[in-house]
Amino acid sequence: MLSSQIKSNEIVFGSCNKDLLEEIIFYGIGLGADFVEIFIENTDNSSVLAEEDFITSVSPSFGKGAGIRIFKEKKDGFVSTNDLTKHGLMRSVTQAIEMLDIVDNKKKEVFNGLNKHRDYSLNKKKWINEVPSIHEISEKLLVSTKSLKKNNKIITRKGSYSRNLQEVIIASSDGTYVSDIRLHQTVGLNVIASDAQYRSSGSRRFGSSGLPNEFRLWDHENAANEVFESSMKMLYADYVDAGQMPVVLANKFGGVIFHEACGHLLETTQIERGTTPFENKLNEKIAHESVTAIDEGISEGSFGSLSVDDEGMEPEKSVLIKDGILKKFISDRAGELRTGHKRTGSGRRQNYSFAAASRMRNTYIAKGEHSKEDLINSISDGLYCKSMGGGSVGATGQFNFAVEEGYLIKNGKLTNPVKGATLIGEAKEVMPKISMCGNDLELAPGFCGSISGSVNVTVGQPHIKVDSITVGGR
Amino acid sequence: MNSKEITTQISEAADSLKLKKWDYGASFSNDYSVQVDKGEAKQLKASQKQILTIRVWNESNLVGITTTSDISESGIKKALNQANIASDFGNKNERTEFSPLAKEPIRFKDSKKRNPVGIKKLLTLLREAEVKLLKSHASIKSVPYNGLSESFYERVYANSDGAFRSYTKSQAALYLYARAEEKNKKPRSSGSVKLGYGVEDIDIESCIKDASNKTISHLNYSPIKTDKYSICFSPESFLTIINAFSSMFNARSILDGVSLSNKNSIGEKLSTEALNIYDDGLHDKNISSSPFDGEGTPTKRLCLINKGRLENFIHSESTARIFKTTPTGHAGLGSKVSVSPDWIVVEKSEENSDLKTSLDHSTYEGEFVYIEELNAIHAGVRASQGSFSLPFDGWLYKNGKKISIESATVAGDIKYLLKHIVNIESIQEVTTSGISPHIWVDKLSITGDA
Repeated sequence: MLSSQIKSNEIVFGSCNKDLLEEIIFYGIGLGADFVEIFIENTDNSSVLAEEDFITSVSPSFGKGAGIRIFKEKKDGFVSTNDLTKHGLMRSVTQAIEMLDIVDNKKKEVFNGLNKHRDYSLNKKKWINEVPSIHEISEKLLVSTKSLKKNNKIITRKGSYSRNLQEVIIASSDGTYVSDIRLHQTVGLNVIASDAQYRSSGSRRFGSSGLPNEFRLWDHENAANEVFESSMKMLYADYVDAGQMPVVLANKFGGVIFHEACGHLLETTQIERGTTPFENKLNEKIAHESVTAIDEGISEGSFGSLSVDDEGMEPEKSVLIKDGILKKFISDRAGELRTGHKRTGSGRRQNYSFAAASRMRNTYIAKGEHSKEDLINSISDGLYCKSMGGGSVGATGQFNFAVEEGYLIKNGKLTNPVKGATLIGEAKEVMPKISMCGNDLELAPGFCGSISGSVNVTVGQPHIKVDSITVGGR
Repeated sequence: MNSKEITTQISEAADSLKLKKWDYGASFSNDYSVQVDKGEAKQLKASQKQILTIRVWNESNLVGITTTSDISESGIKKALNQANIASDFGNKNERTEFSPLAKEPIRFKDSKKRNPVGIKKLLTLLREAEVKLLKSHASIKSVPYNGLSESFYERVYANSDGAFRSYTKSQAALYLYARAEEKNKKPRSSGSVKLGYGVEDIDIESCIKDASNKTISHLNYSPIKTDKYSICFSPESFLTIINAFSSMFNARSILDGVSLSNKNSIGEKLSTEALNIYDDGLHDKNISSSPFDGEGTPTKRLCLINKGRLENFIHSESTARIFKTTPTGHAGLGSKVSVSPDWIVVEKSEENSDLKTSLDHSTYEGEFVYIEELNAIHAGVRASQGSFSLPFDGWLYKNGKKISIESATVAGDIKYLLKHIVNIESIQEVTTSGISPHIWVDKLSITGDA
């Protein structure tokens, strides 16, 4: 549970039973399945909440479960269970097969047994003892929340930490047989500032994957300063006037615009549903020539990085858009089967209770050649979005996301802070309008909720200029 | 293990660890769901889930908690042990106790539990529904989001003081979300959701009809000019916004400093005298009703706004003790106990003389914007500040005509909105999240493309 108490043999499936996995897969194939996949998970998580100057919540959790997926032609049956006994797993296979109503016993598919075990966790088991203890985490959170108290306008201060340790085994009838340990840590700081009728909030989240020491290296003073200053700048801000205008989106979390406006529409799940305008646009220009966009799972420590995806494939670096031309879609096993786009190591799921789906990992717009000042100087009347909130994209490609911290641009200069802005638009229309990219690419961690649950991702970009976008306000 | 056996198991394990005070909440469920794509089964899902949350109190009466999906004998022991270790970090400034109402009688609604129809029946019904929806209009080309599911579950609460409650339920859900396409026009999408105790309770035909009508009715759209408009909220959209700002009624949020209300807000005038709002988790129309909350407190009907004034907050055990009142049945079991509303019921009070009753969305011929559905709540609502800026699906009514709005946001402040309610229509409509009539608000900002 608490990191200091974890022993290696508690979190690791040392006794992973290859024979049992093969038996289950043989059973499924023998009954006519085209493909059988078993995903087994063991988790050990903790979260800590500091409010004002006290630890108010410590929540450890642990669990285990399995997700079994059977494909027959282009349809799949998925069963999840907490019962990891042989009986429980066999029952799940039977149930998945019954759901697909497999009566074809010609056994066209052959299972030749599992390949040699690829163990991505070998170099990670030492992590477990390096993860900070709850005592250490608590002390640092309390220091962090204390440093948020910079004046009496700050009425609430919160610091939160969560650590997810997940061990997985993935075995499937194509011979895939892998295991891995994943470690994700996040820490967030939040304040609410108030002065008479004025109110504002500030927040920042930091996160990493696979780096147990990252929390110790986290610069909490700098983080607290950022959060405090953001809340102070926004406290007396006026509401933004609505309308169409050019905007400059800051680097790092500004990348949520690409994530929402375009990234989701390049997932093969969207092709399957017929909800992406880019379905038949491969090798066509879909964005301004200044835009090159990448999705990958390999940047060390980045929140969306993976050693292996949840279908047992190593992640590849996918250049989605090159100089404005659509080059690739983000694909998983079902996506490859149903759309023909090759898997990209992007099959991801929140946990065993979800079937994997094509999901983004570390997704960013590549850096350009301009300075931040070049972008701002090019606008006479517009909006600078320094910090972005959450967003979403609908079934017709319409996206929206909130601006947490914004400033008006007047005659090429940043001026007054403004609040209440929402950016709305449509992917097909906004991508050609990203006309300038800065030279200051940075990544930021986040969570993405979609068909296979909430997964860790990175968004990122340099400063970018959008020539015109609808800004919702008052 | 069944819930009685789990209770015994926990009791024995607690004794062996010398833990005298504990409680737990558990959930056991079996879910089945199907999705289809143009007549073909896409994904068929089944799941068996078991979740156990155990709290223990240490010798200093500090609480520790652990959640696990491992309900084996060893899993239960491990969970108790971990919760005991976590209790060293228990909140010394806000003690949690058992709910004083955890043994009070609870009101069981007629459970109306249904038997499973099975995955093949679900698939057949959903296929038929998809076909009918696709045939309902030439422009409906696909139903990209669809699903039919049935769930069977048991919820349990028990504690070392002898409280034990459990109930079992069944529930089914159907959603159909259609996408319409016409040449040289942007695609339009809309949908419908229906709930029932079982699949046989779901009005599939009306779900198809609603999804179809809503989708095709938006085909002829136009941009709207950015300006301030009189607004009529549909029952669904008004409930969405009340739920988004429910921290106003939430004692936990008040103590945490993230609510627009404060400890002294009871009695504050929030809106026109014509408005009553209740939370009524046991309402007959609430398919998802639960007779007790995470701490074992019975669920009940509670008035939140009475004739425009704030009447009550919703409470857990600890917030109720701090506010010197009784728990209201809204707690979730956790290390830090959360509080949330169940089922909002919006009514017109008898004091409604200040309303402009001529405003009726079905007959009014003046200009107004009808907000059918609000979107992206998680991104566009600042509950702690009271502000919102939200995309919506809706209509511009003008000169007796209604024009679908292409793409727009509505922005404002919840306190302004409540204080500028100018009419509450008479007919209440049941939605999946509560009950409300149509609500008219004077002048909110709409941002459009024009």
